[in-house]
Amino acid sequence: MESIVASHLYKSFDKGRIPALLDVSLSVEQGELFGLIGPDGAGKTTLFRILATLLLADQGEAKVDGLDVKQAYKAIRHRVGYMPGRFSLYQDLSVEENLDFFAKVFGTTIQENYYLVKDIYQQLEPFKTRKAGKLSGGMKQKLALCCALIHKPSVLFLDEPTTGVDPVSRKEFWEMLQKLKQEGISILVSTPYMDEASLCDRVALMQKGKILDIDTPSHIIDKFPKKLWAVSATNMYQLLMDLRAFSATAACYSFGESHHLTLKNDASDAASLQQYLTEKKHKDLKINTIKPTIEDCFMAML
Amino acid sequence: MKTLSFLLEKEFRQIFRNPSILRIIFVMPMIQLIVLPLAADYEVKNVNLTVLDHDHSTYSARLVQKVVGSGFFKLQHIATSYAEAMTSMEDNSADIILEIPAHFERNLIKEDEAKVLLAVNAVNGMKANLGGSYLNSIVRDFNQDIRLDWLVMPRQNPMPLLEILPSYWYNPHMNYKLFMVPGILVILVTMVGSFLSALNIVKEKEVGTIEQINVTPIKKYHFILGKLIPFWVLGLLVTAIGLLISRVVFGIVPVGSLVLIFFFAAIYLLAVLGIGLLVSNFSDTQQQAMFISFFLIMVFVLMGGLYTSIDGMPAWAKLITKFNPVAYFIEVMRLVVIKGAGLKEILPHLRAICLFAVVFNGLAIWTYKKRQ
Repeated sequence: MESIVASHLYKSFDKGRIPALLDVSLSVEQGELFGLIGPDGAGKTTLFRILATLLLADQGEAKVDGLDVKQAYKAIRHRVGYMPGRFSLYQDLSVEENLDFFAKVFGTTIQENYYLVKDIYQQLEPFKTRKAGKLSGGMKQKLALCCALIHKPSVLFLDEPTTGVDPVSRKEFWEMLQKLKQEGISILVSTPYMDEASLCDRVALMQKGKILDIDTPSHIIDKFPKKLWAVSATNMYQLLMDLRAFSATAACYSFGESHHLTLKNDASDAASLQQYLTEKKHKDLKINTIKPTIEDCFMAML
Repeated sequence: MKTLSFLLEKEFRQIFRNPSILRIIFVMPMIQLIVLPLAADYEVKNVNLTVLDHDHSTYSARLVQKVVGSGFFKLQHIATSYAEAMTSMEDNSADIILEIPAHFERNLIKEDEAKVLLAVNAVNGMKANLGGSYLNSIVRDFNQDIRLDWLVMPRQNPMPLLEILPSYWYNPHMNYKLFMVPGILVILVTMVGSFLSALNIVKEKEVGTIEQINVTPIKKYHFILGKLIPFWVLGLLVTAIGLLISRVVFGIVPVGSLVLIFFFAAIYLLAVLGIGLLVSNFSDTQQQAMFISFFLIMVFVLMGGLYTSIDGMPAWAKLITKFNPVAYFIEVMRLVVIKGAGLKEILPHLRAICLFAVVFNGLAIWTYKKRQ
């Protein structure tokens, strides 16, 4: 069964001057962990707000849990958990009070659905009397997740839940999402971090209001059209300049410790690349073929 | 119903946790009610006076003595020329120049008529106005005294005299505090009702918590009631504190019924909360809400008859005051506190306020949107 269906959604702001979504369609299966990957301004938050019944689309239809977002928004609000990108719990209420409040608002209690949030909440328990505004970034996100989960939603919308969170907390956060998936909860999560994309069942790559591709992370990587080369040397900046000046270069960008490079013609240009760089007298030159990451695929699609 | 109780519980928790709100609610009324009425004094004392006496006679000396002896004037300069007197006004050390012409005494005795000149510095309108009229009445009084002197040895037929003795009803001593304090209390209640409620709601928008609330099944009226009820209670609390302060500090005991005051305040607060809600619907940040509220409060105060009498306003301004809920409450407060008016007398005000409450809240609910 499909948990979230969006078909041909359009949305623009400022009377049509700023397009935010252009013909966006996607569907998320029940119990699927679906990632929305894209840079800032890709339209991820707009899509979330439409699906969470906070915003009306200009055109197109969307269904959440089989219910239309326009007509049945009241019913949808009982069934979804939404975690906005910005921390939006009551900062002057304590951890416990926030959770208790959101449980009560949904007509339930902390005890009733405690099993769902137990793993996360246990980490927060030592701080349960602390004001939410005084928590660290990672703790805040964990509390927000608890509050979005406490009414046992069937669909979870997480808008950039790990932005501004330290790497350890990010890892923990994704482990929790994997567990929630086991409970049959469908999760739509957005992130600007490409490394998190590989943790999703399927991802949609978004850019400027459009969806570039939807597939499993491994398929997306398989679809990478060319061989990818990682090139490094002592003078990395000069190397980048030289690689970009190379006549057979298709694309080159710096990527951590090395530069990632694609060539116009994989077979014939590889040899001339070696020769070209040796001529430029780069020291410690290393040229290897590597397996592309989602980020490489994303860069290739732009 | 249950949802509402959770919302109220949360709201009160937040209010009592916020020291600045508590300060605004409890300390501000105390300070304003105690300090403002003492400062907003309509009686003008210490009017600085420059005397320019060209006559130097017994009568002119008597007049000056009478003026200074009245207690309202402070003799600052005794000038010898008009130009010298004017410099004292120009450097702001004198508010009024009293010029007694030469032959003042002679003219008064021989021709039964003498003139004095009052030059009033009108930069400070209130002081000029009142100082001028005080001095006028003192000179008139002086005139009377002289007539009495002459009556002892009557010459021709003395002119018939008409003396006016006003008797001030409801406020026999013209105690300005009696009408200032209830008025200021109304402004305070208005600020708690509109300012604080608007800021509170806009804060949810600014911090983003409203997003989280909007995706919950909380209904529109739940949310609105959850915001209005706490500030309604606080508004009544401020009314009670204010009345207590005016009783303890100024000894003002309402002549009319306290129940009536609270009854009116309860309905009035509904109207004011409606304004707060409306303001919050049209602002996205607390700063915007502050500015709109500030503008409204200014209009409400200036057009509310607190400092300037509505009866003295031009017709168009009077029309504006008809749309000012503050004007109604100030009038009701004064009627009940000073005059002891009953329900019957304030019925027209009550009707108007009920209408305001319905219109403002109706508009507010209509314009509040859970999603764009």
